[in-house]
Amino acid sequence: MSKRRFTRFLLPLLAIAMVAASCGDDGDKPKATTSGSTGTSSGSAATASGPPQFAAGTTMATIQARGKMTLGTKFDQPLFGLKNPTNNQVEGFDVEIGKIIAKAIFGSDITNKIDYQETTSKVREDAVKDGKVDVVVATYTINDARKQIIDFAGPYYIAGQDILVKKSNTTITGIESLVGKKVCTVQGSTSLTNIQAKAPQADVSITFDKYSLCVEALKDGRVEAVTTDNIILLGFINDDPTNLKLVNKPFTTEPYGIGLKKGDAAFRTFVNDTLEKAYADGSWKKAWDATAGKTGQAAPTPPPVNRYA
Amino acid sequence: MGVLTDNLDVFWAGLRTTAALTGLSFMFALLVGIVLAACRVSPVRPLRAAAMFYVETVRNMPLTVHMLLAFFGWPKLGFRYSPFVTAVIVLTYYTGAFVGETIRAGVNTVGRGQVEAARSIGLGFAKQLRLVVLPQALRSVVAPLGSLLSALVRNSAVAYTIAVLDIMGRSDRLITTTAKPLEVLIGAALTYYVLTIPLAFGINAVDRRQRIIR
Repeated sequence: MSKRRFTRFLLPLLAIAMVAASCGDDGDKPKATTSGSTGTSSGSAATASGPPQFAAGTTMATIQARGKMTLGTKFDQPLFGLKNPTNNQVEGFDVEIGKIIAKAIFGSDITNKIDYQETTSKVREDAVKDGKVDVVVATYTINDARKQIIDFAGPYYIAGQDILVKKSNTTITGIESLVGKKVCTVQGSTSLTNIQAKAPQADVSITFDKYSLCVEALKDGRVEAVTTDNIILLGFINDDPTNLKLVNKPFTTEPYGIGLKKGDAAFRTFVNDTLEKAYADGSWKKAWDATAGKTGQAAPTPPPVNRYA
Repeated sequence: MGVLTDNLDVFWAGLRTTAALTGLSFMFALLVGIVLAACRVSPVRPLRAAAMFYVETVRNMPLTVHMLLAFFGWPKLGFRYSPFVTAVIVLTYYTGAFVGETIRAGVNTVGRGQVEAARSIGLGFAKQLRLVVLPQALRSVVAPLGSLLSALVRNSAVAYTIAVLDIMGRSDRLITTTAKPLEVLIGAALTYYVLTIPLAFGINAVDRRQRIIR
């Protein structure tokens, strides 16, 4: 290859590289901050009752005096705790539960009274233990290992592994109808282990590294069902409600609780009471309908609060 | 290491799938490659251009992207094949592009005099290629074709992204059930060696026998 031909080949490449490099900057989104106060005003000042009274020294009184409740939630779980990239609001069922607790502390006007903190699964226990957050509502399954470190109020919702099918499917009605059916789930997930244990005759030969690929395979007719936690499946239904539906027969039990600092019995009782009140006065159902219920999934019966010792 | 000895059957099943996947793909890729090489040296300009277009579009995109695009894209166009068949097709056309370029390089090593001699005895382009040029060209590219075959065995692991249960796919399953990722991955590595190392020796032997001593 002559020198001239070599440069003729190289120059366009160089030009492409430079254009690509200069494009890099303006493509960047403003950095998302992990904390921000984005409380919403759901009660107007006219109907706002005065703030409730609490005995001095209680956590409720401390939070009220501070003027802000720190709520730990997920920022990446659609329908439950998701930071909306367009308006930076944190939205979802977990967030609404957090707001119900905030209203019980501050009264009905909670504008700018909630400080949202992202609590990913890895940091949840530490965030509660170290007092970085007052309450954690973050698709947080109550289990014995976690109970050693923190306390749980609730459960406020029972999640579980469920089955996603095409809307036109009428043959799959529960885990027992998966015999011989192609079911997709994610490689290396507990969902795969669960389905193999509970429906050994289901054909799980097709797995991917993401649930979105399973959903694509479902729409293409390569598999007849997708299985994992119902709240993840609800997220996909939210994206495509005309083609997908949930079988709605969960076959595992994941009670979601509200994480609180260990040993604060008064606060835990207060949160449990607040939940029961929300069950009774319809605000729990309202929270569901405004978030996860938008998928067309009717609000389940709220689970009884477990005041374990 | 008990994980390995307890699951020899899993690795064996994976090895058979990988071997079938690579064997079929390479056979078809050789055909694709010969056709491509013939087009690239043909006197017909559109054929040359078409072959070059094929080679450059195929080989300038990562195999993973080809694989996923085929698996999730084709059904939208009405072509729905099983993961295994999709993987064979993708590996065939992908490897075919490289085989074509390798054979073309081999064609270039055949002396100009050979082509002129063939033409002078009245052979047409197809016959020149089939009877004179290709037999010599292929003999000189046994080693690089062998490298492509070996690369194909390794590339075939990409098929696990579209749920083919080859060595990689089955190892991945085993990691979930045993929770021993390191041991299983070592097992996967050894299983690939079982396939590729004898292959390397075989290719060397063929190459020694076919090489043209100049």
